[in-house]
Amino acid sequence: MADNVITVDNLSKLYRLDHQSRRPDSFRELLSNAVTAPFQRLRAMHGKATRSTEDFWALKDVSFSVPRGSVVGLIGRNGAGKSTLLKILSRIVEPTQGSIRLRGRVASLLEVGTGFHPELTGRENIFMNGSILGMKRREIERQFDAIVSFAEIERFLDTPVKRYSSGMYVRLAFAVAAHLDPEILIVDEVLAVGDSEFQKKCLGKMQEVAQGGAGRTVVFVSHNMAAVRSLCNTAIMLKSGTLYAQGGVEKIVAEYLASARHTAEPQVTFRRPDKAKLWMASAELLINGQTSANAEMGDTLSVRVRFQSDFPTKHPRLGLVVTNAAGDKLINTNNHFQPAKELSTALQDGTITCHLGQLPLVAGLYSVSLWFGDLTTDHHVASDALSFALTEKDIWGSGRVPNAESSLLWWPSSFAVEPVQPTAAS
Amino acid sequence: MSSPTAPVHEVIIQPRRGWVPIDWRELWEHRELLGFMVQRDLKVRYKQTVLGLAWAVLQPTFSVLIFSVIFGAFAKIPSDGVPYPVFAFAGMLPWMLFSTAVTAGGQSLINQQHLLTKVYMPRMFIPAASIGTAVADFAIAFVVFLLLMLAYGRIPGPSIAAVPLLVGIAVTAALGASLLLSSLTVSYRDFRFVLPFMMQVWMYLSPVIYPVSMVPEKYQWILAINPMVGVIDGFRSACLGQPWNWDTLGISAGTAVGMLAIGLFYFRRTERRFADIA
Repeated sequence: MADNVITVDNLSKLYRLDHQSRRPDSFRELLSNAVTAPFQRLRAMHGKATRSTEDFWALKDVSFSVPRGSVVGLIGRNGAGKSTLLKILSRIVEPTQGSIRLRGRVASLLEVGTGFHPELTGRENIFMNGSILGMKRREIERQFDAIVSFAEIERFLDTPVKRYSSGMYVRLAFAVAAHLDPEILIVDEVLAVGDSEFQKKCLGKMQEVAQGGAGRTVVFVSHNMAAVRSLCNTAIMLKSGTLYAQGGVEKIVAEYLASARHTAEPQVTFRRPDKAKLWMASAELLINGQTSANAEMGDTLSVRVRFQSDFPTKHPRLGLVVTNAAGDKLINTNNHFQPAKELSTALQDGTITCHLGQLPLVAGLYSVSLWFGDLTTDHHVASDALSFALTEKDIWGSGRVPNAESSLLWWPSSFAVEPVQPTAAS
Repeated sequence: MSSPTAPVHEVIIQPRRGWVPIDWRELWEHRELLGFMVQRDLKVRYKQTVLGLAWAVLQPTFSVLIFSVIFGAFAKIPSDGVPYPVFAFAGMLPWMLFSTAVTAGGQSLINQQHLLTKVYMPRMFIPAASIGTAVADFAIAFVVFLLLMLAYGRIPGPSIAAVPLLVGIAVTAALGASLLLSSLTVSYRDFRFVLPFMMQVWMYLSPVIYPVSMVPEKYQWILAINPMVGVIDGFRSACLGQPWNWDTLGISAGTAVGMLAIGLFYFRRTERRFADIA
């Protein structure tokens, strides 16, 4: 029997979704809620619920074990239960049923820069953040120079981090986390930040951690199949809260890509993310103007997002990236790239539609990731929120079709043939 | 890092029900974090030094000034033979310590939700750390108070050595109230609105502007259930040389410890749901 450092046994997590709208509309309502809410909550606790609630198993009977020294990729679509599993592994939320046994010091990294305070200097935040992540003062002092040079912020060490550029902030935050020295490291998709140069550096650092020889175990969650493949040796795939497959990384990634092919999602509704002031309520794909997840070559594609916000905004910003099944990002567009156009009336609830026009994509399965925000901030990010399948079509009526093996894109183009007159020389 | 001979650090994660015991070992292992959090709050508060320090002094000074005019000069509330401003300041100081600590502590969890939902750490440190600033404010205002006493020609006697003990009782009560209120606020956001009102009522139930001697002697023990009664009364005995009222102090110290126990137990009981509802 291998030396298992993580043993998950029949783990389940139940969430009770509350269908009452949470935001009181008036001060009067707020007051009456203030008086009645505790009583209602008490009654709900004793099973005499007066509001409609719905049980939702974010995880159901998940069991697996991770041997010492392995690097496990945790994959699955949005809502498959990855985040819930990570939060339970990190001891942030408690499971409803089942258990996990962890042998070794655990450090988890679900966010970069947890506990950073904008008024404190880089130096002070290194200590604060390191300590929150479970490092001792001695360890932080020992690693201090390495952290600073990894983050490349030597000159700004004594500047409050509120004056940092967002890149510097992320670099510093990741640098602290990268110098943690735990026996079990749990990493959420925190690499999805920073410039690509720095991302490479982070992946390198993680690889170093994973292969450090000290028998370190890493659990890594990502939507980026290329990163999972290069970092992990085994993978676990979750689907609708259950364990779908577990095994060698290549096999599981292939399985993930294959299963995604059968689950094209033309529509998605979102839960409002924590603390988001501006968020997407739902999104849908329109193929030739109709909600659908099945397109043929040459069809036109639009993405419509219903957004809501705490305050009226004149600057909704939507970005989207279309990715193929292998994880290549093919199309990137964002109205932030375009000259700022202000809405004439500010909206709190509206839709924003991006018309991509005729897609130059070859047959295959594609997913669409969405970013939503305003002029300054991405308030809501949904990786691979929508997906669609594209099938071949005889676009030019010639019986010949650009095939998926020869290129990632085809291009609508026209050809002009002109004769060249023989020159009258000689 | 860990040498092969180090004992394996094993953690079992499973649903817990009912009362959860306090994990003292974990608190001890993370003690440095509490220090960092207190330091952080102090640094942030006094970063702009002039304003930060001034605030700690101005707040009690102005309250005392207003109280002296309204309650001392107009209403002529007795002050046990002590000049009213000195008397009111002596009540205001421990009261401010308690009320700033509870106000900051009560809101600490909802103001730092990312520490609940993004990382695991001993969550008791969050309300506990916010008390550090209140103690620092107290220390600064205490210096001002001593100057005021000197200005009125009063020299504190040796009994002033009891002040740290009284601060200890106030901090114990404040920690208990903070733990209870902060966890209630996570579940019921309404407590955010209740808190300021509650502190106001609590102030009038404490002998800040009036002496305990105004209350008939046979009812004083009821008053003393409020831990701040013993602390404020004791503070006046320690600094102004009033006779000590040991019964009151004893009862108040007892309730302070009781409040801490209730706060700790309720916090531990609800803590496991924080990340789910925060």
